[in-house]
Amino acid sequence: MAYAAGVDVGSTQSKAAIVDEDGNLIATALDETGANVVQAAERVYEQALRSAKLREEEVDYIIGTGYGRYKVTFGNAQVTEISCHGRGAVKMFPDTRTVIDMGGQDTKAISVSPSGEINDFCMNDKCAAGTGRFLGAAAMALDLSLAELGPTALKSDKPVRISTTCTVFAESEVLSWLGKGKKLPDILWGVHQSIATRTIGLVRRVGLDEKITFTGGVTRNVAMVKALEDRLGIRLNVSEQAHYMGALGAALFALDHILDSRKPASSAEVA
Amino acid sequence: MGQDSQNEIVGRGARDGAELFRQWFSSLDATAEQGAQSAYVFVMGSMNEILKAFDLPVVFPEINSLQTAVRRVAHEYLNEAEDYGYSPDICGYVKADVAVQLRNGEHPMGRIPKPSLAVYTNACNTYIKWAEIWERMYKIPIFTLDVPGSREGGVHTGPGDRSFENDRSYVEAQVHELITLCEEVTGRKFDIDKLREVLGYANDVASSWQRVLQLNASRPSVFNAVTEGTIYLGVANGFRGTEQGSRYFRELVEEMEYKSANGIGTLTDEKYRLTFVGVPCYPIFRRFNEMFSDWGGTFVNSTYLWFASGGTNRGFQYDLQRPVESLAEGVLLSVRDAMDSMFHQSYMIEDMIDEMHVDGVVYHPIKSCRTVSTGLADSRRYLMEKTGVPSLFLESDMMDKRVVSEAQMKNRVDAFFEGLASRRSQQAAA
Repeated sequence: MAYAAGVDVGSTQSKAAIVDEDGNLIATALDETGANVVQAAERVYEQALRSAKLREEEVDYIIGTGYGRYKVTFGNAQVTEISCHGRGAVKMFPDTRTVIDMGGQDTKAISVSPSGEINDFCMNDKCAAGTGRFLGAAAMALDLSLAELGPTALKSDKPVRISTTCTVFAESEVLSWLGKGKKLPDILWGVHQSIATRTIGLVRRVGLDEKITFTGGVTRNVAMVKALEDRLGIRLNVSEQAHYMGALGAALFALDHILDSRKPASSAEVA
Repeated sequence: MGQDSQNEIVGRGARDGAELFRQWFSSLDATAEQGAQSAYVFVMGSMNEILKAFDLPVVFPEINSLQTAVRRVAHEYLNEAEDYGYSPDICGYVKADVAVQLRNGEHPMGRIPKPSLAVYTNACNTYIKWAEIWERMYKIPIFTLDVPGSREGGVHTGPGDRSFENDRSYVEAQVHELITLCEEVTGRKFDIDKLREVLGYANDVASSWQRVLQLNASRPSVFNAVTEGTIYLGVANGFRGTEQGSRYFRELVEEMEYKSANGIGTLTDEKYRLTFVGVPCYPIFRRFNEMFSDWGGTFVNSTYLWFASGGTNRGFQYDLQRPVESLAEGVLLSVRDAMDSMFHQSYMIEDMIDEMHVDGVVYHPIKSCRTVSTGLADSRRYLMEKTGVPSLFLESDMMDKRVVSEAQMKNRVDAFFEGLASRRSQQAAA
């Protein structure tokens, strides 16, 4: 049995996924990226190997993805997380035509073909508004953990309108709402709605489709999922493995390489 | 042709262009030292032909500004203008020029002379406010040449049409006003034979420029429209209407024809042919291109080479028998074309996809120029719906490195090529 791995080194967290030669996801791992990106990649990959009960030499091909993809020094190739999230999302939900990936410092809208190829994509530019970092700033200002954000926001009955588009200024706007006596859930739900609005702007640029899969670390935030669904008026595909979608996509590209190399002429251009 | 001759001809345009640029800035430095007169002009409708007929040295502040970015000192100039009070959101070219003026003409390529007059068109709305800065600083006359644009996107009137003839007469009257102003500023009488001579050289440059751009339909492409093309463009602007410019472009055509005939391309392995739309990313000029060439991508054409040459890419030939009337006609057609290359470029890009065998289109909207960036989203939508050709939208700036995020840019470029590669694999398999 051949195995392939993907290591997704993001700005906040690193993820690893291992698939068998039938494309089944057999192990995942997650760790904070921290300051040493190379070590983070190694650490998370070793965790995934342990979880899969595999030795290093049993994995035939590894692809690095994410902002730190070139720091996956033990990897065989690199593919952008844009391609990987598209691929992973279609694997999990084959009817996916649009992917929303919300990570620590960027949010992407990706239009994909039925086979997972990228038709078009759009990302936030040079600014962390509308990303996980925006939520992190709000959590810090309100002295809450990230896990508390979603459930607290869903208790809102009269959300405030967050007008700033800057993550740094969002913190002061949150504090000013607190100063005006607004309730915590209302402020937080306003933050989530603000992010959802910006995100849907990206989605509209690549073309809004009903079959949308939501990926990335922020999928664990129940209020973010609800804010997007409310705004879009549709249910999103959200996998239990949504956090690992980039790593899974990378592992599938790695598997392509293994399978293509068994054919007489390789056509694995992407990897 | 032997190896030595080939080495001599291949790359000559880039070498000689760089040398001409040094000479040009050296002559401007001498003009500044002497305190002699000069005219400040812009790339879209420079009226170089009239100014050269008065032997006025021309200064292109846009080129001065972009040179600070290419030479990686733009931040010093931008910061100086911002310290003075200009907003970070104002055109980076304007701010770098303001800093050059505040520094008494100090520029990385030599001293820039002060203006005796400024001439500009309405092709860019910032031109007008920019010239007013010099008017306030130096109490000089400034001249607006109001060029009527296309009355409807993609629909052109031409010589003989009533509305075109009205527009031509309108421009011609303004050319006469400019001639009078130049006589007043220089104290010299207008010499129509001198204008004929200048127009003759300008004709050579225009026809050669058009030919050079056409020759890039060759496979492999004979020059990179973003890197080398920008060098040729600089010469086309600075030396239009001169014997040097005429000779340079004649030799450039010779070089490109030679490369085309001998299959000599810009890359050893040209995999993807791309169109560039917008103004280049000067703060990381070489690196920007490498992000594409690393994947075997080369830019075979660029709307920048159209609008920033003032529309001379269309190769208009002045009629030397009726120089002023013909100049007005040429300016009207060319500047109108330049404006269309910014606002209604979709049709031209669409045509180029087949003519130039284009695999993808790269849009580069820039923060500090609304004029060239505003319509790009519409253009991209039109092109994707009409042709399905893959395109990439890369937002950065032409001057300000603070808003150029190289890592984010590379991520998008890599994803774009992954998509192109995947599409090609699928087409091959089908």
